[in-house]
Amino acid sequence: MTTSAVKFYQVGSRAVGNRLLPEQQRSEQARPDRANALNSGHRACQGCGEALAARYVLDAAVRATAGKLIVVNATGCLEVFSTPYPESSWQLPWMHSVFANAPAVASGIAAALTTQNRSEVRVLAQGGDGATVDIGLGCLSGMFERNDDVLYVCYDNEAYMNTGVQRSGATPPAARTATTEVVGAEPGNPFGQGKDLPRIAMAHEIGYVATATVAELHDLEHKVTKAMSMRGARYLHVLVPCPLGWGSAPADTVRLARLAHQSALFPVFEAERGELTSVLPIRRRVPVEAYLRIQRRYAHLFGTRPRPDIVDRIQQIADRNITRYRIDVEEVSQ
Amino acid sequence: MDKPFAITLSVRSSLANHTGNWRTERPVYQDRRPPCSQACPAGEQIQAWLYEAEDGGYERAWHRLVVDNPFPAILGRVCYHPCETACNRAQLDEAVGINSVERFLGDEALERGWSLPEPLPDTGRRVLVVGGGPSGLSAAYHLRLRGHAVEIHDGAGALGGMMRYGIPAFRLPRDVLDAELDRLLSLGISVRLGRRTTDLAAEMTEGGFDAAFVAVGAQLSRRAYIPAGQSARVLDALSLLSGVSQGERPELGRRVVVYGGGNTAMDAARTARRLGAEEALVVYRRTREVMPANDIEVAEALGEGVQLRWLSTVTHVDGGRLTVERMRLDENGKPQPTGEYEDIEGDALVLALGQEVDHSLLDGLAGVKVCEDGVIEVDHNMMTGVPGVFAGGDMVPAARSVAVAVGHGHAAADAVDAWLRGAEPPAPAVMETASFDLLNPWYYSDAPRSVQPKLRAARQVSDFAEVVGGLDSATALFEARRCLSCGNCFGCDNCYGLCPDNAVLKTDEGHGYAIDLNYCKGCGICAAECPAGAITMQPEEC
Repeated sequence: MTTSAVKFYQVGSRAVGNRLLPEQQRSEQARPDRANALNSGHRACQGCGEALAARYVLDAAVRATAGKLIVVNATGCLEVFSTPYPESSWQLPWMHSVFANAPAVASGIAAALTTQNRSEVRVLAQGGDGATVDIGLGCLSGMFERNDDVLYVCYDNEAYMNTGVQRSGATPPAARTATTEVVGAEPGNPFGQGKDLPRIAMAHEIGYVATATVAELHDLEHKVTKAMSMRGARYLHVLVPCPLGWGSAPADTVRLARLAHQSALFPVFEAERGELTSVLPIRRRVPVEAYLRIQRRYAHLFGTRPRPDIVDRIQQIADRNITRYRIDVEEVSQ
Repeated sequence: MDKPFAITLSVRSSLANHTGNWRTERPVYQDRRPPCSQACPAGEQIQAWLYEAEDGGYERAWHRLVVDNPFPAILGRVCYHPCETACNRAQLDEAVGINSVERFLGDEALERGWSLPEPLPDTGRRVLVVGGGPSGLSAAYHLRLRGHAVEIHDGAGALGGMMRYGIPAFRLPRDVLDAELDRLLSLGISVRLGRRTTDLAAEMTEGGFDAAFVAVGAQLSRRAYIPAGQSARVLDALSLLSGVSQGERPELGRRVVVYGGGNTAMDAARTARRLGAEEALVVYRRTREVMPANDIEVAEALGEGVQLRWLSTVTHVDGGRLTVERMRLDENGKPQPTGEYEDIEGDALVLALGQEVDHSLLDGLAGVKVCEDGVIEVDHNMMTGVPGVFAGGDMVPAARSVAVAVGHGHAAADAVDAWLRGAEPPAPAVMETASFDLLNPWYYSDAPRSVQPKLRAARQVSDFAEVVGGLDSATALFEARRCLSCGNCFGCDNCYGLCPDNAVLKTDEGHGYAIDLNYCKGCGICAAECPAGAITMQPEEC
């Protein structure tokens, strides 16, 4: 009796692994010998989406490069919680310089490796949304423009979390942060500001730009593996829910990432040389309210004086994403 | 201190930092009871045997199944599968076709000659089983496996009880019945056929039995007084079914009326169609909603052209004609006469008004309690008021089906075994039900069920061939894999992969996972993202 004749598995490929799937169809994270690039004992908060994403990305990159990987980290939560002096959680070559210059340091390492004829060693730079969309944007843009052989990964938790939840260029409209208080006619972060970095990266027409979330592990690993099979500047943007800054339950981290995608607020796609090449379909579309309601940073939209008008404007952003990215919606749930 | 300038501590791994001490709750792997098992009258661990079938391990699956039920091929055909009614998957797309997989496994076992488990060494104890129906046979099976000598006494000429004399062959082919019964008897169970027990006490003394399980069923057809003319043809459903199962083919005429609303009525009407009746009409005094017949049987009967007439009683019958009175339901849901009469055609009237228990064999025993409606009272261990005398099946208060009977036999065997050893029967495990809200259904793929092939309706009514076909191997595998494994880990690796602190370890023990409490911060992602709801968060003790 062979089991391969039947093209259906109890949990398909949505779960991390499955005893019924052949080994090669299981995720890297299902493997007992995964690299665990970010080791236990790190000081990320309970349910940290960024810690989860960093391990997902780096374990897949380690596999794709057979372990020949150097990582450069910008300043941010990830750097702070993984390397409080004198401890380190990193189980691969890793360095941190300053807030703004991770892309430039990575470019320099890549150039040095080329000079040494060691191009089999690959370079990956990573940082949070603050380092990426605000503070290091100049260095990153230069790295893109020069097409340096670096994969840059942004873990986007939509604000400066480790310093106390200040607004960043990636903070979404209406979200409360320490610097966008719930006051005035438009409480929280104003509409119409901020930077959409995946589209900025696409505008550089680099070889590969992709977005992903911690809720779609197989998709994320596929994108990292694909990126590591290419040369030149590449950019991966991963949405990582933050229980502290978003005011969500730690257990809801993966659920929130899933809802961000299923509500179409966070489109998950790939682009090559500035052109959209694939978009992950929405399996069960939900209204944005399902995503917003379980985050305290949006509490002022509901509660005793609800603001359905603002929820509507956020819904329009989601609707716009559907048409802009031509997202397939398989089913709509209320 | 030969460290560089301004460096005072040696570099070390973060493993030195035991983040587990942040935790206020810890994840605990916990098996919950799936709704299918909870609903199964035969006490099958359905999720457990489907789990084995999911990788094509049909023999393992069958062995897991027969731990509770020795008749998968029979129950895979005749069970009304309350498990599927309870199945959580119905809230996603459609319930898992548990019954059809059970039948597939049962048929595979018969074809490949898989053997039931070996009995334990002989205990030297002797147990009498009175009645060779599903309940008695199930009790005999479980008692024999525990090493007791078992003897079945049955008044009929062959074993099987209602499975042979009540259920028509188009629902349960006799070769399947015989094969499963023969396999059971090969465990070393003695049978005395044609021996109707009239005095249980005498029978036990004579045979030197230490205990008895009585399951003679409910075989007395209930009567109703209906004035009938000279040329009226009235017969009772049980005699009809029993006769037909033994090869009789009575002429019932062109139009047959069946009076009653239970499963027996449906079987009688379907049998009448096969005996050549062009029309079979079931007359029932109440409404379809409260009709005791199972929905599946009603649907299959309707599919074969059986007609139903609600809110009617038969008041008179004579050659070729019946008079029925219309009824209405009062505020208590009881049918009340309306005084409106109508004549309908009918060449024969089959009465299917229910069955009663003949408990005369227990009459000599002091302590046996008979309930108001003639069934025998038993305690939670299936024991009658007489120590060592147990009863089950249709003769005790419960729903009447083969699955219930098999469950009674199992429960009684546990109790008899304990009683013989002077011990308390094992208490059923207290387990929380894995209800749908405890699952995380996102991870399950969409997949509608494979429907068993049905013989075409035209062919169905012309002979006694089996109506519902079986699954092939690939379809059975597909169906088994639709199981959500509610409340029980099935090794999807979500907890292992989704922990931000690498605090879920793979082990060779238990379900294959363990929590590393040195690093688990208690975030609860593993519990929230477990598809099967097999992890709970429990507060840490201070």
